[in-house]
Amino acid sequence: MRLSASVVAPTVIAQRSRSRSLQAVGLALLLVLALALPFVVSNYRSFQFTLVLAYAIALLGLNILTGYNGQISLGHGAFYAIGAYTAAILMDRFGVPYWLTVPVAGVLCLAVGFLFGLPALRLEGLYLALATFALGVTLPQLLKHKSVEHWTGGVQGIVIVKPDAPFGLPLSADQWLYFFTLAVAVLMFVLAWNLLRGRVGRALIAIRDHPIAASAMGIDTSLYKSLAFGVSAMFTGVGGALGAIAVQFVAPDSFSIFLSITFLVGIVIGGLASISGAAFGALFIQFVPNIADQISKAAPWAIYGVFLIGFMFLMPVGISGAIRIAWARIRRHRQGRDAAAGPG
Amino acid sequence: MESFLHETFSGLAAGGIYASVALALVMIHQATHLLNFAQGEMAMFSTYIAWSLINAGMPYWAAFFLTVGIAFVIGASIQRFVLARIRGPSVLSLVVVFIGLLVIFNSLAGWIFTYTIKVFPSPFPSEPPFGQHYVSSHELGATAVTLVVLLLLFAFFRFTSLGLAMRAAAQNPVASRLVGVRVGWMLALGWGLAAAIGAVAGMMVAPIVYLDPNMMSGILIYAFAAALIGGIDSPGGAVLGGFLVGVLENLLGAYVIGNELKLPAALAIIVGVLVVRPSGLFGKVHVTRV
Amino acid sequence: MSEPLLDVVDLRAGYGLVPVLQGMSFSLAAGSITALLGANGAGKTTTLRALCSMVRTQGVIRFAGQRIEARATEDIVRLGMGHVPEGRGTFLNLSTEENLRLGAYTRRNKSEVGDDLERIYGYFPLLKARRVQQAGTLSGGEQQMLAISRALMLRPRLLLLDEPSFGLAPLIVREIFRIMREINEREKVAILLVEQNAALALDLADHVHLIETGRIVLSGTSAQMREHDSVRRSYLGY
Repeated sequence: MRLSASVVAPTVIAQRSRSRSLQAVGLALLLVLALALPFVVSNYRSFQFTLVLAYAIALLGLNILTGYNGQISLGHGAFYAIGAYTAAILMDRFGVPYWLTVPVAGVLCLAVGFLFGLPALRLEGLYLALATFALGVTLPQLLKHKSVEHWTGGVQGIVIVKPDAPFGLPLSADQWLYFFTLAVAVLMFVLAWNLLRGRVGRALIAIRDHPIAASAMGIDTSLYKSLAFGVSAMFTGVGGALGAIAVQFVAPDSFSIFLSITFLVGIVIGGLASISGAAFGALFIQFVPNIADQISKAAPWAIYGVFLIGFMFLMPVGISGAIRIAWARIRRHRQGRDAAAGPG
Repeated sequence: MESFLHETFSGLAAGGIYASVALALVMIHQATHLLNFAQGEMAMFSTYIAWSLINAGMPYWAAFFLTVGIAFVIGASIQRFVLARIRGPSVLSLVVVFIGLLVIFNSLAGWIFTYTIKVFPSPFPSEPPFGQHYVSSHELGATAVTLVVLLLLFAFFRFTSLGLAMRAAAQNPVASRLVGVRVGWMLALGWGLAAAIGAVAGMMVAPIVYLDPNMMSGILIYAFAAALIGGIDSPGGAVLGGFLVGVLENLLGAYVIGNELKLPAALAIIVGVLVVRPSGLFGKVHVTRV
Repeated sequence: MSEPLLDVVDLRAGYGLVPVLQGMSFSLAAGSITALLGANGAGKTTTLRALCSMVRTQGVIRFAGQRIEARATEDIVRLGMGHVPEGRGTFLNLSTEENLRLGAYTRRNKSEVGDDLERIYGYFPLLKARRVQQAGTLSGGEQQMLAISRALMLRPRLLLLDEPSFGLAPLIVREIFRIMREINEREKVAILLVEQNAALALDLADHVHLIETGRIVLSGTSAQMREHDSVRRSYLGY
């Protein structure tokens, strides 16, 4: 039985606005939970969740580049490191206040990322992956080098002091840092959301899926791809700076190729080309290693590897994608039920 | 002058090792048009297998060839049972699987064989040949082994119909089926051969750098640089590239940039080659009529 | 009457959810030349692909007495079906001679391959001149000759040709068709030809089937087809 368009339309519109208000309610709920968190868990847990937020921003960066724009980076640990070291050096060597180091790290990584994006333009797919892989492997060596030892602290790294809550607020340092990081995270997520919903996001996706058609339509592919690199590096650098402040320590061996691989794991499991995916991925990479450690004391990375391959086969859209599909199915089921129930 | 010669020769010796891993990389690329990031870890794992066999009492060469055979089977199996099953193989999904294999092999090696450094025997005499002191017998022997493998590969691709079929299957699987080539088995063969070559490379490297799970990570980067310089489709180029990279790294490290920056120099080579001349020195620049 | 070389009964095939062939039935005899005519999208190329199992099929296909509809492409080729696909499928990065040798990949008797190579060069001397050249640098006509020759290296019983005239200059096309008639007479290779150029097809073929939306709507000898009013008007233009 076919309903006429005028009868169906209001039902569909009602459905859509219902789901949108549901989304808004969901996000508001999430925000409330996030704000309440440090008051109901221990300081250590707050610290862990601060790291989750930092990772989430970093993963958002990688996702912009790899998920939305299709440029594979196996070296994003490098940008995280640059952000981290920027924060550490500014705080320790120059006495810059911690909150200022975050935007500085962002701007610096934006520039570095954009510059790296320029030669990267000539590389496609596997070759770009290779070049970034090499970057990820060699970065610790660069950080340890004698010529920059004065700044980077060489193999020992740099220790920084965790800031206290300002204005004498009745919060522990961990709690304050959590809120600070949360504020930055919300800002970055909103920024990403705006960027990706609009023309820029569509251009990035077009370049990823149909590069020739995109340039034929007048999209300046080179500019967008380099910009994607820059913006992506900026996000990850901001994450790195926040992470460094939380951990209070930077050292070359914390930023090995395995960090870059960890980020890759994060976006694959969280979900490519998805903003919420960054959040799921960050939760995964923060908490699962502890679980993996318990499953197999000696080979946690093997578990990671199995997850990676397993997800590629079973859930290539990641957790966020799976949720989206499930939600769409529920909605379609409801639509069918409402339509069958008749108009009005 | 003395030290220059020394650096050059030990660069050549190191280059022989890079050349053999580069050969494995070229092999996979010839067969599948893919860059196998897990190549180093697979080679390392195979070397551990050899170590176990030797430790259990097997004579060196028996263990050597048995390991090569086992590596072949492992490589072919990975292709048949993991890679061939990926739905809609986008580049990203392939990279993810490669990285997954990398960490699995690395982690398994550490778990099964522990992280303590092990000594791996060399089949070559311990006294340096001809009484000189620039290269050891092992370094010379390892280079010779690499060249033999290269020769065999060259002959295989050039003169056998199986080699021709492999090249065809990589280029154009659909057309290959139309001439009766079993494309799936060609891919598996390519992976098997690459794994076997990698095992040889691992067994030649281990006596020099000692056997531990992270043995191959730096070498892999040098090998990629070598393969790219020589031309990712050219086995001969890969070997030449290996020697070039070996000598270059050593000389740069000794005289220009210091030994700590050798790996970043390899990175610079990789990016430089890919941007300036992606087909390398000897790769065919592919002509396509539009 | 002897058994047909190829016997197709109620063949259905498509791409994903889109059905293209809606029940084709036809047969051809050994050594014959058959043409499939039809407009774009009628299903001619899909028919050839279905015979080689390059698409999922339903129905019965008998070739040289064996049921082949469930077999893989590589195995069907080994039974003696050569296919020159749409776009030719040349191995662009291999040399001309390497392309030809690949055609003989499944042949058991390797010594005969050398003789066959010379015979092919006899039909297409242009290829001999370019034997070590990279196949991608050959002209369109030469690549078509190469594609046909490669299929012939199989010593096929049946040769499937998908739009051999596509994108080629008329002189070259005429030459190629002349050589194909010669090959059919000398080597007794059956040919199943898909062509949009109806005039050329009718000249070469003995039997013709007209396909519209995945079904055969008209069959006959080429002489009969030429007389048929609607064929003349729609496909021959007079």
